[in-house]
Amino acid sequence: MDIDFIANILFATIRMGTPLLIVAIGELVCEKSGVLNLGQEGMMLMGAVAGFMIAFHTDSLFIGFMGSVVAGALMALLFAVVTMHFYANQVATGLALTILGVGLSGFMGRSYVGEALTNVDFQIPLLSSIPFFGKVLFSHDVLVYISIGLAGAVYWFFKSTRAGLVVKAVGESPESAQSLGLSVLKVRYLAIVFGGAMAGLAGGYLSLIDTPLWAENMTAGRGWIALALVVFASWRVERAVFGAYLFGFMSIMHLVLQSFGLSVSSNLLATLPYVATVVVLVLLSRNQQRIKLFAPMSLGKSFHGAH
Amino acid sequence: MRIKLEARGQQSRLMSYASPILAAVLTLICGAFLFWILGKSPIQALHTFLIMPISDPYRIAELLVKAGPIVLCAMGLSICFRANVWNIGAEGQLLMGGLVGSCAALALLDSQGIWVLPVVLVAGILGGMAWAAIPAFLKNYFNTNEILSTIMLNYISLNILLHGVHGPLKDPNGFNFPESALFSDWQTMPILLEGTRLHLGVSFALFAMVGVWVLMSKTFIGFQIKVLGGDERSAHFAGFKEKRLVWLCLLICGGLAGLAGAGEVTGPIGQLVPNISPGYGYAAIIVAFLGRLHPLGILFAGLLMALLYMGGEMVQIHLDLPLAVTGVFQGMLLLFLLICDVLIGYRIVIHKSAPKIVKQSLSIEPPAVAIEGK
Repeated sequence: MDIDFIANILFATIRMGTPLLIVAIGELVCEKSGVLNLGQEGMMLMGAVAGFMIAFHTDSLFIGFMGSVVAGALMALLFAVVTMHFYANQVATGLALTILGVGLSGFMGRSYVGEALTNVDFQIPLLSSIPFFGKVLFSHDVLVYISIGLAGAVYWFFKSTRAGLVVKAVGESPESAQSLGLSVLKVRYLAIVFGGAMAGLAGGYLSLIDTPLWAENMTAGRGWIALALVVFASWRVERAVFGAYLFGFMSIMHLVLQSFGLSVSSNLLATLPYVATVVVLVLLSRNQQRIKLFAPMSLGKSFHGAH
Repeated sequence: MRIKLEARGQQSRLMSYASPILAAVLTLICGAFLFWILGKSPIQALHTFLIMPISDPYRIAELLVKAGPIVLCAMGLSICFRANVWNIGAEGQLLMGGLVGSCAALALLDSQGIWVLPVVLVAGILGGMAWAAIPAFLKNYFNTNEILSTIMLNYISLNILLHGVHGPLKDPNGFNFPESALFSDWQTMPILLEGTRLHLGVSFALFAMVGVWVLMSKTFIGFQIKVLGGDERSAHFAGFKEKRLVWLCLLICGGLAGLAGAGEVTGPIGQLVPNISPGYGYAAIIVAFLGRLHPLGILFAGLLMALLYMGGEMVQIHLDLPLAVTGVFQGMLLLFLLICDVLIGYRIVIHKSAPKIVKQSLSIEPPAVAIEGK
């Protein structure tokens, strides 16, 4: 096994982990405020299709990404209205959001299937030509660095800012937070919309940079994997970063195994990330006390305090 | 004027029945609007979408063929949801039923006799049950969240099915298409109505409906399931065996979904293909909720869902719109249902110029205190 091969594997790991990281960071913030949004898959797909359509017509990746973010945020806004003003069950509403996102994105993107964007390559000059590290660390697209920056920002937000403390307070006990004069609805609105914007951005990453084309259901369960990732990370940012790249590695395992001369059907190998998700969930949830300790106390419960 | 939601104090029975109808009406209004945006006449489009699928006997039969697997899955899901077991895995259980049923059918390809079809169907049921047993086991012994485990199993089962049709189960004489060999007459469902595709498997949905109704309304086990879903602590204090109930709910659902899958491959399809289900297992989630988790309600909701599938095909053929219209309607239907459900526990109250009244009461208060003080 030569060093170029390892560099390629690490490169692909980071690339596959990036969309997972972006979604997971968004969902983590959302869950910290006590809201469980299972609609990640739907928001991602809407972000992917909106971003692709806009980039296709404007020839600008940047405007495309803006479109992705807005599409994800709008879907999240819908979720926020239905769960907070109509007191709908968060689990059911999240499922509905996913079903709507799958349908609506398939509908909107119908005439774009088969079209491709002309890929825009982005490389950091000089640094990317360093052997090994240049390939692994410095030759990615700009979103990879943005996602790491976002993770850092969210880490800092929860660790050192008052606003971060407010979000955590709302997630732990919305009643107490309200009695302190904090607006539970406002905090949750912001957290949910941030989560949606991130999911949209991750969707855009898939359709604008990763492939770059639009296909129905192209997220292939990444939104759900990201949800598992947040549990895996015990609602901590630094662990989510590690987890995202771990899952990124799982989804390129088939390339690794094939390079060792293992001839297993590609369809069976494609199950690996999903199997890994189940295994990780099983290992983590064996200890229920641990989950209870880390999960935001009010996670998934409707808040009826404010009218 | 301010619009407010006011708690009813108790759940409104009337609204729990009215809400699905209201949701369907709102979906239609939004759907008409959607067609209008796309430059189609809303009336004509809705006619194509909703009336055309039931305009002649062949199409009605086709509607029932689609409703069959959806209703079977939704019946199983309703039991799980009653127990507060969030099984999202009907799709995977259906695919596994289709796959295992097909394996049995292909193994018995040369066999003849009336026993062949039942064997194939039982294999399908067992396949679905085995697939549902995984989340049940993981939930009971490892506390694994069943939403995520069943979703992951859906993706896994789809890939295993694809492996099957691209690999070991591929028809050796099939010109390398990813399809199994065609099943023989002994392995396919008898047609109930000549000239249509209405097959015996559709009637299973009715049997399932009666079975689920008896189980949930007439037996102690059904009562236990409802208590478990209503309040887990009560079920615990009553001494109900929670783990056994979780096993039961998931296995029944897996069996019914597996039967649906085996019914598809032995019924309208007649062989194993990569796409045996256009998302029936996911649609069944909507159907279960829309039917208020009640067997009869699920039957009607299942017919409506089949109509949405048929309507999608109709607008694709006649109006040149994408098939995915169905998915948009599905999503809207579930969202509107969740929104309308607020009316079960709350009533809408309209306060006319509410802020003014507040001000007045405040301005009266101080003088009264002042007089008292003297």
